[in-house]
Order: sequence, then C-alpha cells, then structure tokens
Amino acid sequence: MAEPMTITEKILARACGLEEVHAGEFVNAKLDLALANDITAPLAINEFRGAGLEKVWDPERVALVCDHFVPNKDIKSAEQAKQVRDFAAEQGIEGFFDVGRMGIEHVILPELGIVVPGDVVIGADSHTCTYGALGAFATGVGSTDLAAGMATGEVWLRVPETVRFVYSGTLGRYVTGKDLVLDTIGRIGVDGALYQAMEFAGEAVAAMPMSGRFTMCNMAIEAGGKSGIIEPDEVTMEYVSGRARREPVLFSSDNNAVYADVMEIDAGAVRPQVAKPHLPSNAVDAEELSGMDIDQVVIGSCTNGRMDDLRMAAEVLKGRKVAPGVRTIIIPGSQHIYQQAIKEGLVDIFIDAEAAVSTPTCGPCLGGHMGILAAGERCVATTNRNFVGRMGHPESEVYLAGPYVAAATAVTGYVSVPEEVLA
Amino acid sequence: MIFEGRAHKYGRDVDTDVIIPARYLNTSDPDELAGHCMEDIDSGFIGRVKPGDIIVAGENFGCGSSREQAPVAIKAAGVACVVAASFARIFYRNAINIGLPILVCPEAVRETGTGDELRVDLDAGEVENVTKGRTYAADRFPGFMQEIVAAGGLMNRVRQRMAEK
Repeated sequence: MAEPMTITEKILARACGLEEVHAGEFVNAKLDLALANDITAPLAINEFRGAGLEKVWDPERVALVCDHFVPNKDIKSAEQAKQVRDFAAEQGIEGFFDVGRMGIEHVILPELGIVVPGDVVIGADSHTCTYGALGAFATGVGSTDLAAGMATGEVWLRVPETVRFVYSGTLGRYVTGKDLVLDTIGRIGVDGALYQAMEFAGEAVAAMPMSGRFTMCNMAIEAGGKSGIIEPDEVTMEYVSGRARREPVLFSSDNNAVYADVMEIDAGAVRPQVAKPHLPSNAVDAEELSGMDIDQVVIGSCTNGRMDDLRMAAEVLKGRKVAPGVRTIIIPGSQHIYQQAIKEGLVDIFIDAEAAVSTPTCGPCLGGHMGILAAGERCVATTNRNFVGRMGHPESEVYLAGPYVAAATAVTGYVSVPEEVLA
Repeated sequence: MIFEGRAHKYGRDVDTDVIIPARYLNTSDPDELAGHCMEDIDSGFIGRVKPGDIIVAGENFGCGSSREQAPVAIKAAGVACVVAASFARIFYRNAINIGLPILVCPEAVRETGTGDELRVDLDAGEVENVTKGRTYAADRFPGFMQEIVAAGGLMNRVRQRMAEK
C-alpha cells in the first residue's frame, strides 16, 4: 500500500514508472511534451547543436511556438524566428506554430489538445505552469534544460512540496480567477510558494470555468511556485473532450496527502484586485486606486487572452467608448479565439469602442512590441508581471488586473471597478 | 573553485526583466546581452563591473521569466559568482546548467555592502568578506546537482548519457 500522495506526486510517480514518489526526492521524469518559443528556442537549439546532438527524441512531443516577438518586430527577431522555423522543418516537428497558425503558447496548446490531464510538461517559458489547470504537471525551465529535454525526453526534478489553497464561498459578480490569484499572491508574496506546487481547490475553484483556472495556474510562478495544479473534474473533462490528442490520465490528491501548508481563503470576500508596481504581490482592492489616471489598457496575454476574458471586456465596452487619451489594445490569445470573437460580434464592440484589436502575440506583456510605454506612462494590463521596465521604459508603470477592471478603466480613463461603468 | 572580487549589492526580488530587459532578447549573443546586464535596476553596472566581481543580493534573486539570457548576461559581463539569500527556482537551475556559480548565504548577504572584497570558496561552501574580516558558511549544492557541475554543465552530462546508450 503506497503512502498517500498529492496529485503532483502521483503524476510524477507515473512519469518515473514508480509506485510512489514523495516531496524532496530527486527523480528523472519522462516528458509528454517539451515546449519553447521564439526567444527561448534559439538558445536551446544552439545548446542542442553545441552538444553535437542531431535528432530530438520525438518530434511529436516537441512544440515550438513563435509568439513573443512575432509577427517579427525587427530584423533580429526575424532571424530568431527563422532559426526556430528551420529547426522545426529539419526535425519534422509538426507542433510548430508560426504567424497565421500561431497563438500565445499557453493558450493554443490546451486549445488544440496538445497538453492533456496527467501529462508532464516542461517549457522554456515561465508560464508553462498554466497547464496545471488541466491536472497536468507543467513547469518552466531555461533553454539548456529544454535542450536536454528535447534530446532525452526526460527531465530531472525535485518532487515539490505542495501548498493547498482552499477557496470557500462564491465569487462576487465581477470577481474572476485573476482577482483570486492576485489576492493570494498578495497574501503570500512573490516567493511565498518558492519551489512548491500550488494546488488550488475548494468550491470557488470547482465553480470556475477553465479560463479562470488557466489564469490561476498561470500566475503560480508569480508566487515563486514550481507549478500550479487543479484536480480534473467535469469542467476539465468537458473542455478536454473533443480536443485531447492523447488519452487523458486523471489523478486526484489522496485525502490524507501530506501538504507543506493548507490555506483557507474566503473567496466570497475577495474584491476585484489591482497589483501595483513593481511586484505582482502588491495587490490591493481596485477601489483603493480609484481615480488614478492611466494612459493605456492592455487586455490579452497567456494570463487573460481567452474567449471568456474577451467576453468580459465586451460586456463592459459594449455601446461605450474608450476614454479620450487612453490607448486600449485587445489581443486575442489564438486565431480560433480571434475568429470566435468576430463571430460573436465582440471585435465590432471593441472597434466601435475605439480599441485596437491585434493578431495574437505576447508583444506588450514583456515590453516586446505592440504597446510599449514611454517614461512616466501608466498601464492597466491583464498580463502577469509589473516589474520595472516590463512594458517599456524603466520609468513606466504596469498595474495588473482582470478583464473587468481593465475594461472599466479603459472607459473612464482612471482605475475603476466594473460597477462604476455598468451601474 | 575560488573566486575573489568586489561585491555589487542589490536588494530582494531582483527579477530577470531587470537583469536583462526583454527588449534585448532578440539576440542570443552573450556579449551583446552582457552590454545590457542589470540595465533597468542599475544603469551604471556595466561601466563599473570588473572581471571576477561578485553579485550579492537578497531573497528570490532571478524571479520572473525563465529567460536563460539572464545568467548568460551576468556570466558574460565577467561576474564570477552570485551570492544570494535565496534564488528563484528557474534561475537556480539555469545558472547551474550554464556554469554560473551561485551560492545561498543569507548571513553573508546581510553583512556585505557594495565594494566589499569577497573570497568565495565554492567547494568548501564558504564566503569570506575580506574587507570586514568575516567568514560565513553557505549551503552546498545537493549531490544530484554537484554531478551536473562536475560534468561541466547539463549538456555535457546529456552527451555522456547519450554516449552510454
């Protein structure tokens, strides 16, 4: 009889071909998928070639997504994307996503069923932890780890301790997964879950759509977490059904599993949040910043670029105009989402509101392109980081929020809760 | 391995966006990256840093993005070693994988200021502040990671293992 395990321990045990593994053990886990993007893949490819390696372990298990600096923002970016494109062609990697097929990596891989419950995934992108929302173990690594993973199909890991966050109650009308996770990071700090798995549970999570679950797991890294994870349920299976390219394997934590900590949070008491510069842990109730002028709003990213996020933004922007002096940039996370937004009339709503709607890209989130800030400018963004210089000039400021607050802010021109606009 | 150099001291939560801003990630060239190392937190760093210098920082050094260009830029700027109170996990792995020596030593961090002369003995796991005449014991790498370091980085270890197969 195995000792009780968390969902994370069970997934890793299976990937190691072991009956059980426990927190603190070093293991070599078999990978279901290795992922890189146009700014991390080039270094990984250089490492791969530098080691004299010729073939990836399994071209069907490697995904390369050009999403950060594409459509190519300059000549150097074009060279990097070309290097990735050439490598994908040479290696026969079908999971290569370029302009036109491309979306933000952490939006499209679940959308296309390339990641499924029970998987072990490494990605040379810190927000790889997003896939935990499917009940997979997924973690960010650097380019050299990714190169080793592409070569061997394995990764060495220290099995993480798990902190379980139990959210009781029902979320308020305009309160989303983003608000919940910003509130949690505000409570524990940007290294509050360092090296740990953050397991999100409780009735508020059970009632949450996949979009909110992806948002929560996406932000685990902003608390220093190795991964975020949610036990798969009917909501997960409904999402996965018809998409999964492999058979999902469903795990859940044993009742008596060992946790490093269990935090109980009353989700019903959480108000819309805004994280002030320059750390995601600087979360406050949006009301506290009410009236603060802003110059730009960005709605999109791997955190909040999904269909539900656009619907929330449209709910606020419908029949209204973006405030004078505010630049509003809305970026669907995938081609499919972009098209669906057109079909549902959301893009008309955005354009009528005088917002710019762009092809999928990570662009502004990391200060790459498509919405760079000048010195002294302020942006409310549904992205994931508000570090110094993250969206442009080192003296610019990013305030993190969910789509409702971001859209309401776009309408008024100052930080606003949705009730201010929708009342 | 022993390193001797002057300390450049920073606070906690130094993120990879300030170590190497994303606007420079359109290249993988280490020297080009090094030219912008620490630019958004300390624009004078590149002008002051001397080969063999040591970065000393508080908790959670290297948090945020997984960009390996962060430890690459630090190493290519001539920094011999980073001593921090703690490291964010992806940065920690990346540093070991590319051969940038790092040590966890909160006590040394607390008592070290910019300009102090340090002597770091990686094998003994020791940080000496020569200026202040103090020596501190640092955490040593777990055995698993020492293997990677001994192999000269992760890709060398992968190459060894592929050859064995």
